[in-house]
Amino acid sequence: MTAASTWSACAALVRRDLILVWRRRGDALNPVLFALMVIALFPLALGPEPEVLRRIAAGVVFVALLIAGLLALDTLFRSDYEDGSLEQLVLSPHPLSLLLACKIGVHWLTTALPLIIVAPLLGELLHLPAEVRWVLVGALLLATPLLSLIGAVCVALTVGMHRSGMLLALLVLPLYVPILIFGAGACNAAALALPHAAPLLWLAAALVVALVVAPLACAAALRISLS
Amino acid sequence: MNILTLWFHKLGSPPTFYRIAGWLMPWCYGLALVTGVAGLYGGLVQAPADYQQGDAYRIIFIHVPSAWMGLFGYFFMAANAFVALVWRIKLSEVLAMASAPAGASFTFITLVTGSLWGKPMWGTWWTWDARLTSELVLLFLYLGVIGLYHAIEDRRQAARAAGFLALVGVVNVPIVHFSVNWWNTLHQGSTVRLFGPSSIVPSMLWPLLLMAIATHLWFFGTVLARTRTGLLEVDGGKDWVRRIVLADDAGPSAPAASERSHV
Amino acid sequence: MSDFLAMGGYGGYVWGSYAVFFIVLAIDALAPRAQRRRVLSELRGRLLRRRPRPTQVP
Repeated sequence: MTAASTWSACAALVRRDLILVWRRRGDALNPVLFALMVIALFPLALGPEPEVLRRIAAGVVFVALLIAGLLALDTLFRSDYEDGSLEQLVLSPHPLSLLLACKIGVHWLTTALPLIIVAPLLGELLHLPAEVRWVLVGALLLATPLLSLIGAVCVALTVGMHRSGMLLALLVLPLYVPILIFGAGACNAAALALPHAAPLLWLAAALVVALVVAPLACAAALRISLS
Repeated sequence: MNILTLWFHKLGSPPTFYRIAGWLMPWCYGLALVTGVAGLYGGLVQAPADYQQGDAYRIIFIHVPSAWMGLFGYFFMAANAFVALVWRIKLSEVLAMASAPAGASFTFITLVTGSLWGKPMWGTWWTWDARLTSELVLLFLYLGVIGLYHAIEDRRQAARAAGFLALVGVVNVPIVHFSVNWWNTLHQGSTVRLFGPSSIVPSMLWPLLLMAIATHLWFFGTVLARTRTGLLEVDGGKDWVRRIVLADDAGPSAPAASERSHV
Repeated sequence: MSDFLAMGGYGGYVWGSYAVFFIVLAIDALAPRAQRRRVLSELRGRLLRRRPRPTQVP
């Protein structure tokens, strides 16, 4: 197995996944719509006072995007499991972790990136202070790949189940706690004009580790649940 | 060395472990009761009231050992899951899954007693204190493992998947603790310390240690009981299980015995 | 004795905690017993179904 063939396998996988997403491009907007609606519920529940909303804006946007990502997570392996191509992937001679990293990457590009792009707009709806806006985007850029990578491990564990939605949330959310704390913490520190580099650097460090470890763990988990 | 590995292999075989666990289990429960009664006598009767907290501090004798057991149970489960996944030892799979409910029970006790202790001391049932929060996340991690284990049909595959989740979680436990501590300093939350770094007098210490021993023994008692059942379940079709099942005629479906007497 | 039960005014909290401790641990110890009975009867049922009549020497 040469390196070139592994790369072409990865490229083919990425192309295939992108085409599949493109064919159903209407679905790709669902997480964005979901996040928008959740954000719209907060002023309705708490009242429209800008002071209150400004105080909670960063955290609310973060949580809304986290839950939107959680709901989108279920689709990561579902159709591939149902049409059997996931098993072909596991049986293929190429390193499974690399192939899964490609799949997770495409999933992140198609579900999380649109959310990050609309995040400043969502913040604007809640009167997010201007100086926090770019900290929020930066924190999301570091946090959402982490969420996808860690979430993928849990999805791999629940892949064969019929009704995995609630269970998946139960597995994933405790693992998301530190990411949420550092991501939203950086935004809150920026809102208070405190130094906010440290939590962002922690997120970056965690992302580097997860980029290496999570695809391997995901591959191991997938082998367990498909055995 | 050779004898040791041989002994280890023998211990790892389900029928042997089933027998040894059945012998060990009453001892665990019995000794747990003895040390527990002694510890509770020391804690509730002998130990003097705290000069700051009065008698409310006596919750410590169950709260702190339970908190220790909650963490210990998780690490015990993860260690067994590691052995199960790396060396594919059936017994370790069963042991790991048997320790999850016991550890979750202790974590639950820690949360409830902590809140019952917090009400008179802090004036509130719940505060987003760093330790309480990480204990809550620990309970969620336990519930995730238990939920995954019960969601998968095949027992061995369920144990392996849930064990893998336990391993992912055990990496997460220190990170959660660290992040929650950092979060707590950022928000200047309540930093009430129930016990300073300073003194715990011997008359309070020895009941605490006795209770710690008692909870460990109780934990192992229930883990052994669950492991025995789990081994029967996993080895369902094997000969040694069949013998045990047929020997146990006290159950509700006794027609096997009566039928035999008719013949 | 009533002093002991009052726990300096904290009786409800202290005894409540101990009650939770004992109830949860009792459930934790009794649950495996019930589960064992269930597993045994299930296995027995499976065994009898596989060999409908235990062939015994009369």
